[in-house]
Amino acid sequence: MDVKAIRQQFPILNQEVNGHPLVYLDSSATSQKPLPVIEAVDAYYRQDNSNVHRGVHTLGTRATDKYEGAREKVRRFINASSTAEVIFTRGTTTSINTVAYSYARSNLKTGDEIVITPMEHHSNIIPWQQAAKATGARLKYLPLQEDGTISLEDVRETITDNTKLVAVTHVSNVLGTVNPVKEIAKIAHEHGAVMLIDGAQGAPHMKVDVQDIDCDFYAFSGHKMCAPTGIGVLYGKRQHLESMEPVEFGGEMIDFVNLYDSTWKELPWKFEGGTPIIAGAIGLGAAIDFLNNVGMENIAEHEHKLAAYALEKLRTIDGISIFGPEKRAALVTFNLDDVHPHDTATALDAEGIAVRAGHHCAQPLMKWLNVTATARASFYLYNTEEDIDTLVDGLLKTKEYFGDVF
Amino acid sequence: MSFSNLDTLYRQVIMDHYKNPRNRGSVDGDALTVDMNNPTCGDRIQLQMKVEDGFVTDAKFDGEGCSISMSSASMMTQAIKGKQIDDALNMSTMFSKMMLGEDVDTDELDFGDIAALQGVSQFPARIKCATLAWKALEKGVKEE
Repeated sequence: MDVKAIRQQFPILNQEVNGHPLVYLDSSATSQKPLPVIEAVDAYYRQDNSNVHRGVHTLGTRATDKYEGAREKVRRFINASSTAEVIFTRGTTTSINTVAYSYARSNLKTGDEIVITPMEHHSNIIPWQQAAKATGARLKYLPLQEDGTISLEDVRETITDNTKLVAVTHVSNVLGTVNPVKEIAKIAHEHGAVMLIDGAQGAPHMKVDVQDIDCDFYAFSGHKMCAPTGIGVLYGKRQHLESMEPVEFGGEMIDFVNLYDSTWKELPWKFEGGTPIIAGAIGLGAAIDFLNNVGMENIAEHEHKLAAYALEKLRTIDGISIFGPEKRAALVTFNLDDVHPHDTATALDAEGIAVRAGHHCAQPLMKWLNVTATARASFYLYNTEEDIDTLVDGLLKTKEYFGDVF
Repeated sequence: MSFSNLDTLYRQVIMDHYKNPRNRGSVDGDALTVDMNNPTCGDRIQLQMKVEDGFVTDAKFDGEGCSISMSSASMMTQAIKGKQIDDALNMSTMFSKMMLGEDVDTDELDFGDIAALQGVSQFPARIKCATLAWKALEKGVKEE
């Protein structure tokens, strides 16, 4: 993998921030966009912009072909068996909420259980809290091991015949834990429960095969995988999607509209009310082409090396606490002793280094870690070992700076 | 910009308030208690005030957060103690203006150490840290 050539595809990386070359270490929040994606969106607006699925005219056909072409690219990317199972949404949050509103509210009742984990992003917690309140179902948490992983033994103990839905993140956005989602799905199915995976931090970084994992739902966002913001995907097994009611009603999603009743379009369009995010979907298609050209296996291997290198180098810093397991995705969450993570992030920014600081939309996990906030450096295909060296230098300077003022 | 520019933000007096917070703890007896947090970053503060005859006779805070939010709370409690409620609110308005980079006559307001936070206005991402305690003050007065 030629990272130097890859970096040239990302014009944003070629700039100075606060007088230093930008070191972007916040891809878990959102990834940068390569030229083929920027150009695909640009070309769509310059040449093909039109509404989809209704125009008789040529532009309408072109826009529809590109939009549906992107759906086919997503289908292949996650190996769904049909494009009927690929719903375009606004992002992971909307994807999960669609399942929580439609599937959960009509399939759950008092006494049923929803099983999630304490390492979930708020977007995979709150929809279930709300669904539990609405249906009388009980929300249950899988315990975490000390290193922030999940043991299958705990999974077997927590999921019962009362469990109707299991929702687990593929990769933790804080700990970097890669969860055994295939095994969890198998256990969920043994108890007759359905399994939803929050793939926001999974799909951008590794080959995902929804049929092999055998999950019932898989949710992810485009913007974390080189595509624009505002586009995401809900994969669902056809049998579930067929029986689910839409959550948004209006244009695009209807079959017949009468005065007092209406019928819905077939899958996947019944879940895509209103004019869809056409340019976003086309951008996502271009992002998938781009990632496939690099190769998801190559990206995973590159990130694996970066994660190991980052752990090794960061551990050399005196007074650093690193959270999460040894085997992890390409991100490191940490705190420096006596320096608040916001202050760390401000200091690093002065050196052109972009990291995230805060609770990372995972307040229950912060509580579990017994911290109020942390700093996080996250990596993607365009990051290098030099980026990590710069981060380590920046952290040493930060320590020195705040050490002096204290 | 480099680390030397950080001095605009992290003035010595700010770090002193962070390291040795004034009025940290809780007020004895009945007090107006306000909990505030900054949901985007997790900082939280509890502000307690004793208000008698329109005067703030005591003010204390507790909480967790970055150097800016905690030092700002420390400075604020120091500044509002003994002030009339209206004057304290006036200070809060002036503080918000200062965060927006507007010129504020800090002497006239008896801002004291607070003036050191002026540099925060150049770090937009940190303004919310500095205003957290003042937001708690405003909320407390409104509730009363």
